[in-house]
Amino acid sequence: MLSYKLLFFLPLISTIFTYPFGVLLGEKTAQYFSSTLISIAAILSWFLFISFSSSSSSEIIIPVLEWFFVSGQFFNWGISVNSLTLLMLTLVLTVSALVHIYSIEYMSHDNSKVRFMTYLSLFTFCMVALVVSDNLIQLFFGWEGVGLASYLLIGFWHHKKSANLAAMKAFLVNRVADFGFLIGIATLYIFLDTLSINEIIEGKEKLFSYQINFLGFEINALIFSCFFLFIGAMGKSAQFGFHTWLPDAMEGPTPVSALIHAATMVTAGVFLTVRFSELMVMSDFIMTFVLIIGLLTAFFAASVGFFQKDIKKVIAYSTCSQLGFMFVACGLGAFNIAIFHLITHGYFKALLFLSSGSVIHGVHDEQDMDKMGNLFSKMKITAVMMWIGTLAIIGFPYSSGYFSKDLILSSSFNLISLGPLVYIILAIVSAMTAFYSFRLIFKVFHGNYNGSYDYEKIHESGPFMLVPLLLLSVGAILAGFFLNDLLAGYNSKNFWNGIIFLSQDKQYYSSFYPILSKSLVAFGVGLAVYYYGYNLNKLADLKKRFHSIYNFILNKWYFDELYNKIFVLPLYNLGKFLWTKIDQGIIDKYLPNGSASIVSSISKAFKRIQTGYIFDYTFIIISGFTLFITIIFYISIT
Amino acid sequence: MSFPILSLLILTPIIGALTLSLSSSTQLKNKTIFLSGLWITTGEFLLSLLLPIFYDKSKNGYQFIEFHTWFDKFDINYYVGVDGVSIPLILLTTFLVPICLLCSINSIQNRAKEFVIYFLLLESFIIGVFVSIDLVIFYVFFEAVLIPMFLIIGIWGGENRLYATFKFFLYTLAGSVLMLLAIIYIISKVKSGNIELISDFTFDQQIELVLFLCFFASFAVKVPMFPFHTWLPDAHVQAPTSGSVILAGVLLKLGAYGFIRLSLPFFEYASIYFQPIIFALSCVAIVYTSIVALRQLDMKKMIAYSSVAHMGFVTIGIFTLTQDGINGAYFQMISHGIVSAALFLIVGVVYERHHTRMISDYSGVTNVMPKYSFFFMVFMLSSVGLPGTSGFVGEFLVIMSTISVSVYLTFFTAIGVILGASYMLLLYKNINFGDLKSDIKQLADLTNIEIFYFSCLAFLTILLGIYPKLLFEMINKSISLSII
Repeated sequence: MLSYKLLFFLPLISTIFTYPFGVLLGEKTAQYFSSTLISIAAILSWFLFISFSSSSSSEIIIPVLEWFFVSGQFFNWGISVNSLTLLMLTLVLTVSALVHIYSIEYMSHDNSKVRFMTYLSLFTFCMVALVVSDNLIQLFFGWEGVGLASYLLIGFWHHKKSANLAAMKAFLVNRVADFGFLIGIATLYIFLDTLSINEIIEGKEKLFSYQINFLGFEINALIFSCFFLFIGAMGKSAQFGFHTWLPDAMEGPTPVSALIHAATMVTAGVFLTVRFSELMVMSDFIMTFVLIIGLLTAFFAASVGFFQKDIKKVIAYSTCSQLGFMFVACGLGAFNIAIFHLITHGYFKALLFLSSGSVIHGVHDEQDMDKMGNLFSKMKITAVMMWIGTLAIIGFPYSSGYFSKDLILSSSFNLISLGPLVYIILAIVSAMTAFYSFRLIFKVFHGNYNGSYDYEKIHESGPFMLVPLLLLSVGAILAGFFLNDLLAGYNSKNFWNGIIFLSQDKQYYSSFYPILSKSLVAFGVGLAVYYYGYNLNKLADLKKRFHSIYNFILNKWYFDELYNKIFVLPLYNLGKFLWTKIDQGIIDKYLPNGSASIVSSISKAFKRIQTGYIFDYTFIIISGFTLFITIIFYISIT
Repeated sequence: MSFPILSLLILTPIIGALTLSLSSSTQLKNKTIFLSGLWITTGEFLLSLLLPIFYDKSKNGYQFIEFHTWFDKFDINYYVGVDGVSIPLILLTTFLVPICLLCSINSIQNRAKEFVIYFLLLESFIIGVFVSIDLVIFYVFFEAVLIPMFLIIGIWGGENRLYATFKFFLYTLAGSVLMLLAIIYIISKVKSGNIELISDFTFDQQIELVLFLCFFASFAVKVPMFPFHTWLPDAHVQAPTSGSVILAGVLLKLGAYGFIRLSLPFFEYASIYFQPIIFALSCVAIVYTSIVALRQLDMKKMIAYSSVAHMGFVTIGIFTLTQDGINGAYFQMISHGIVSAALFLIVGVVYERHHTRMISDYSGVTNVMPKYSFFFMVFMLSSVGLPGTSGFVGEFLVIMSTISVSVYLTFFTAIGVILGASYMLLLYKNINFGDLKSDIKQLADLTNIEIFYFSCLAFLTILLGIYPKLLFEMINKSISLSII
């Protein structure tokens, strides 16, 4: 029990004490302090995960403190231990520990190192709270808490205007999604009278039997609540329509992007969907909706990833696209595979981000890929790491991406009629992924150096940054191989132990499909090599010929412009209108000022008594009270 | 209990005020006056701490009761007592008043004696409202509160204070006249001013509706509900910092307290009857004032408008007439009392240093005032309703309770959550982040006194956010009795 509590409290201790330690004992101590605590938690989480998955218990709930009082019962701050939460914890804590260590060097030139570490620990704590919660209130606490940490970290360099705007955008877009999440929670609460996750899942049949009247439609309560829960998930996981905040979030320091905007926080939406998988599968509408959103996001983000210039934005869009893959798996009912991809993706995407951080550090804070090139000879280890990450993301055989991504593709055949279509779309998106991933590799590490920074000064990063990279690369290579059997193979039933919905479907499909998908990926790689490795001129011609499509993609399908036109500006103008026309124009004119003119004319009569209006007021009160007593006497006499 | 603690609570500030007024002002320095005021109010705070300690949570009804006959004939008496609903508000008051004095030591230079006296009177009147169980006593205190408040804004306010005080005065006066009429009628009917007796009395339905509206007029102005809210931004902008703190922190709660304590138990039928219109007004308040807040150029106005929106949650919660709803509304009252008070203090800090409240005059403050930005962040987040802060608990419970009434109501309240985040984040970003303006480079960070009271407020917000049980335990039973 104590060891589970430690997982919860170590990040909390780090959050609370890092800053005071930094002030009292110096920056270095604080950095080592927080990194050590999180690392201990990470190692502990692995031990607990291994011992738990070999034991037969399905779930342990450990209360920590009474918290919330709803409908006559208290909900606790607590830790719910099951295979899903422990698996998530290993990912969250491992990546977090590595990012803590990495940041010691990455932020070495920054003035507010300690503040940075505090925020990272705060994030870790909130993420742990989110993952281990056994009720929706604590989950919502973690949910908002990671959002806060994300807001603080995106805007970490607060002198940058773009960073501040990006931070606000992230918070507000997530708030819009949280609006949905709250409605989902409220619906569950009103029908089931509980907020405990287990009780909600037990009550799914009951929930399914209720109807809710909305805008004149009778909607099933389960569909209604799942839909709104999923809206929340879409916001946090930057799915189509809510994705606009994620690329902008790259304004934050790179370790943040690796931890929050790749490996952990953005996967919270997937986690939520999987946690409520038993509910989601009961409605075909929800499953289809999840599937379509996943497919749209996967395709859309991959397309935008094509021509981004900023190295981090490419990876951000690829994250967005991979999250789409995870939702596709959810929509296909393969929740265990969604989690599998979540884990492998966590490792290789963190690797990619931290490698790109190493590149950015090496070329002195340059992020534009057009100003890089031929960095291979200067930073060999980083380049190798980036290669490993890239091979994992495109699903190179026996890398971790190979297992999880392949399983997602083959789950398409859970759908009987439309399975091939979904499969082909996914295969095309995989090819697109391969294309832009290799484009990045070629632009950054090979070819000619085009930057303005002195080429000779470019240097490889130090051990604090390289060791986390090496450890992550182990995950990127091996995670798939080791977890395959446990999460998706013959042992999976024992492992999941009824925590999530497991699809019983056996997929049968012709071997044509795997061959198709693999050749498409190879084609994508080839295309990238052809254009970015050898024939840059031809590419420029193509861009000219298809400039309208090129601009459409380059401008991210014009989502930001659209949102500004539809939501932001009208709201802003409405604010001005309501304030000047209604508040000051109508209400003030007729209510107080109108009566004010009457009163002021009356009050002239009292002017002789004293100069101040204060006396008028006391006079009125006194006379009112006199009147009151008089009336009382009057009544009592009659 | 024979020890007259409630009377003592009412009388201590009054006696303090009297002693101060008898001393000759020429001999006393401003600082001495404030210090003596602080001693009195701190003593008052410690005294009020006895209430939750000795309050028996397992019992129903009022405790620490004191009874002295006044108008025997009409059964109007000096009848005071407290229950779970009043104790937290009393504590909030006694907690905020010393802070009001603390934050004014430097900013109030002229007529310091009168200033402290008015604050002491204000405190005793507010406590009077919360402890009275007799309708007439309640009314007397309820109205008396206005006088010192009125004077504080009128004497120490900004340039446009005459307009603001006048507006404030007219709105509240209109409401209280109607309430007075209703009270007269009720007492003539029930033949008693005892709140508990009146609660048991059933009025004729048509009459009840009229009576409800009369009370409503008074309380709605105080809360303030849309469209009676326009006095609030002006009053806040013109009031000195301490005035805003007590106005937002406690005075706005008088209206909501009135709803819980009087309107609901007296007029059960009417409360249900008028539910829809109250929800409508509150929803409008939440959405409308949030949007208006988005466009404010003056920090104080923005926070004032946000108060209207937050109080919208309170009125919605109260009139869901469910346990969760009223619990949530009550929690929101306390939380808003702490957080909005803190936010007005936050504005006061930079106003005192830079003498402007315009948002555009600030930028990059965090570079010179990091401690200030930290506290600002805590209160901003609580105002936004982030889980883990007190702001969340109330909002969340209210949203949960609305769905049992109508899904549309849930939509409107939840939209308030989005809009609330928009303007607060915008405000925070514009003031704290960005390039440091050259003319604010010399701004000094928080003084020790400021750090002291901000820490107290921040501690309370987070404590209530993480362990709301403290408050739930106190209020739950008393609120369950006031539900219809």
